[in-house]
Amino acid sequence: MPMRLSDRATLMERHWQAQARMRRLYSVLGIGGLIVTVALSLWFANEANAGKFFDRLPHFLDFTGDLVPRDWLEVGRAMFDLPSPYDDGSLKYNYPEGRTYLTSAFYIPEYIDQMAITLNIALLSTVIGTLFGSVLSFCAASNMMSNRLVRWPARRFMEILRAFPDVVVAGFFLSFLTVGPIPAIAAVSIHSIGALGKLFFEVVENADMKPDEGLRAVGGNWIERVRFAMLPQVLPNFASYFLLRLEINVRASTIIGAVGGGGIGELLRLSISQNHGAKTIAIVILLFGTIVAVDQFSAWLRRGLVGRDAFLPAT
Amino acid sequence: MLTLTADQYVSIAARHPHVVQPRFWTVWRMPALAAATAVYLLFCWWVFGIGQVLANTNWQIAGSYLIQWVTYEYRPTISIDRDGAMAVTFPRFDPIGPNPKPDWMTVEHTTMERRIAAPTPAGATTGGFMPGGSFMAPGTAPVAPATEPTVRVEEVVKRAEVRFSADARLVATPDRIVVERKGEMLVVPLGTGDNVRPAGPLPAWAEQKRAGDRIIVAFGLAGWAQIDGGSVVIHRRFPGWANFIFDTNSAFFGKSSSEVLHLLISGDRLDPTRSNFAVAIDDFLHNPSWQHLDVWTKLLETVVMAFIGTLFAAIVAFPLSFIAARNITPSWLANQTAKRFFDFQRSVDMLIWALFFTRAFGPGPISGMAAIFFTDTGSLGKLFSEALENIDGKPRDGLTSVGATPIAVQRFGVLPQVLPVFVSQTLYFWESNTRSATIIGAMGAGGIGLKLWEAMRTHTNWPNIFYMVILIIGTVFIFDTISNALRSRLTGGAQL
Repeated sequence: MPMRLSDRATLMERHWQAQARMRRLYSVLGIGGLIVTVALSLWFANEANAGKFFDRLPHFLDFTGDLVPRDWLEVGRAMFDLPSPYDDGSLKYNYPEGRTYLTSAFYIPEYIDQMAITLNIALLSTVIGTLFGSVLSFCAASNMMSNRLVRWPARRFMEILRAFPDVVVAGFFLSFLTVGPIPAIAAVSIHSIGALGKLFFEVVENADMKPDEGLRAVGGNWIERVRFAMLPQVLPNFASYFLLRLEINVRASTIIGAVGGGGIGELLRLSISQNHGAKTIAIVILLFGTIVAVDQFSAWLRRGLVGRDAFLPAT
Repeated sequence: MLTLTADQYVSIAARHPHVVQPRFWTVWRMPALAAATAVYLLFCWWVFGIGQVLANTNWQIAGSYLIQWVTYEYRPTISIDRDGAMAVTFPRFDPIGPNPKPDWMTVEHTTMERRIAAPTPAGATTGGFMPGGSFMAPGTAPVAPATEPTVRVEEVVKRAEVRFSADARLVATPDRIVVERKGEMLVVPLGTGDNVRPAGPLPAWAEQKRAGDRIIVAFGLAGWAQIDGGSVVIHRRFPGWANFIFDTNSAFFGKSSSEVLHLLISGDRLDPTRSNFAVAIDDFLHNPSWQHLDVWTKLLETVVMAFIGTLFAAIVAFPLSFIAARNITPSWLANQTAKRFFDFQRSVDMLIWALFFTRAFGPGPISGMAAIFFTDTGSLGKLFSEALENIDGKPRDGLTSVGATPIAVQRFGVLPQVLPVFVSQTLYFWESNTRSATIIGAMGAGGIGLKLWEAMRTHTNWPNIFYMVILIIGTVFIFDTISNALRSRLTGGAQL
């Protein structure tokens, strides 16, 4: 005998079927919409691009082939500014010209020097960001600053600093400062102050308030409360965010360099656009190594500071 | 619970001082950190020559650039000829338009007879273009005015007054220029040749580098003026953006909004072939000083770059992450290969990929897209595989035990656990890529970043730059909000 459903169950079954149909319809519509959007986007991007994708694709390997140096020792020579046997006076093989002599015999190779400048820009910007960001964060945290008239402007100020793309800040400073690393420092620092300030004040707001109560009970002023109640608690987290920001800033200062702020980024852009194979590969290896080293070092330090749970994706 | 009284504490401290004494490092950590930071900052100050750069910087330029983000200027020139005839002219592309009658300027006209040296064939000023080449031929008469100067009656300006604010104005008459600000007065008599010699001492708001040189009078935010021997160049500044909707060569230029509205709804056709509405839209989109259509297209390129780059990265990272996850693919070699591949893509960095693809595909969104795709395949792959390694294995065991196919095990045992995480990570990257797309655009990958950077390099056009910055910030904000809303719905749904 076939099983019969009760009226109630039939109703439920019907509702369920209707809902499932609806859901399938939405899925189909959603996927269809996505496919149409993607197709339109790709078409638009291809139209807007200077070279069309399928026209350029065969030449892609030509360009990659151009970057292969004449012999692989050239990469080492380019990195350490050693004279090249292929030197014909052109910019492609003039490796020793970038040397910075410290003494008459000892020199710093150009790319390592520029890489150090880029790293130093990143470190200085992160330090500046941390100093100003921590001061701002204590002014913006609701548990340390009950005065709305201070808290509100501090938060909005950090938002404005964060919102401006660092290219704009760098471009603005480039327009009236002499060429040099300072526009890059300014741009990366300003962004860091905003970004770190936000992360810091969230740390401060989540801090344990008992030490603070103790200090207030014995009449500690605001500076003393920050120094003795808050700082010991938040310092490991601050340091962890400092290191995360340092990883981001190494990349950011390279990018700012590439758009006109000097440092290794600019050299990379020039050597790629001029088809200098050995130079390009030397810089890419140097950059790759530095980025990996900074990331690993910072991960190792953070693991010691706050444990594994504070590993956020670096973006 | 055991508690110590103060006496007990003191006695323990007396017997074993090392127990209560804080460690050396605990005491000196903070001062050492502060000292190291200070030393580092001083080192950077020296190595980057910051003090020198800051001292050599012209901060006035910085201020004037900054104020140009939100203001605009009209630049009339009042020229005063030696015979006392004055004229007020605006530059050709001044935002004030073709028929200027500004309310901050009063111009009084008069007619006068002017002796004008007629253009002679041997005019000294056009020596190079003389017909016949007589200039070089020996024996010809020296260059002399061949005809008498003609006398013409012309309408000229006899007095021009420019008001900068309620108590600041500049009055130009043929014999002198009078500048008033805050009750102080500066009189510059004219007709003494090219030298500018003010009568009396200069007020604080006027500046003259050398005696006889031009004088710059500043009126704060309302503008400034430059007084030369025979001309006054006015820079009259107003807040806002000039001609944001219709440019000076649009038919709608200079009309009030009600007039424009009237024209749009019921007015006669300005252009017989098109409706007024179409004309207005066209004039707005192709406004030459703001280039709305171009800016918006470039912005769309940037958005598309981030969208497609992230989407494709997620699509490619999805299967690769299954290979990289230790618990899904039980092969050490496959895991390590996939993971090192992800690390490589992430660490080569978006910058290098962007430069590389710009070189290969030319500037444009495809290059930016490819850069974002390559970097984020690595980042998303790493995050996806970590999510996969942290799943609960029980649903898979259950499915395997009832004899499900491997695909079905992944589909029903793994995917429901990780899909919300995958989608939310992808949305997060989409959001942050909308930001980065601007920056890699400036490196040559196209989109609004490139346009912005090119505008910045000219050091003029600051209002356009600010317009683009506002558009970028607005777009990033909108995408942040959308992505946040989607993510919170998604994680909320996962909890049900």
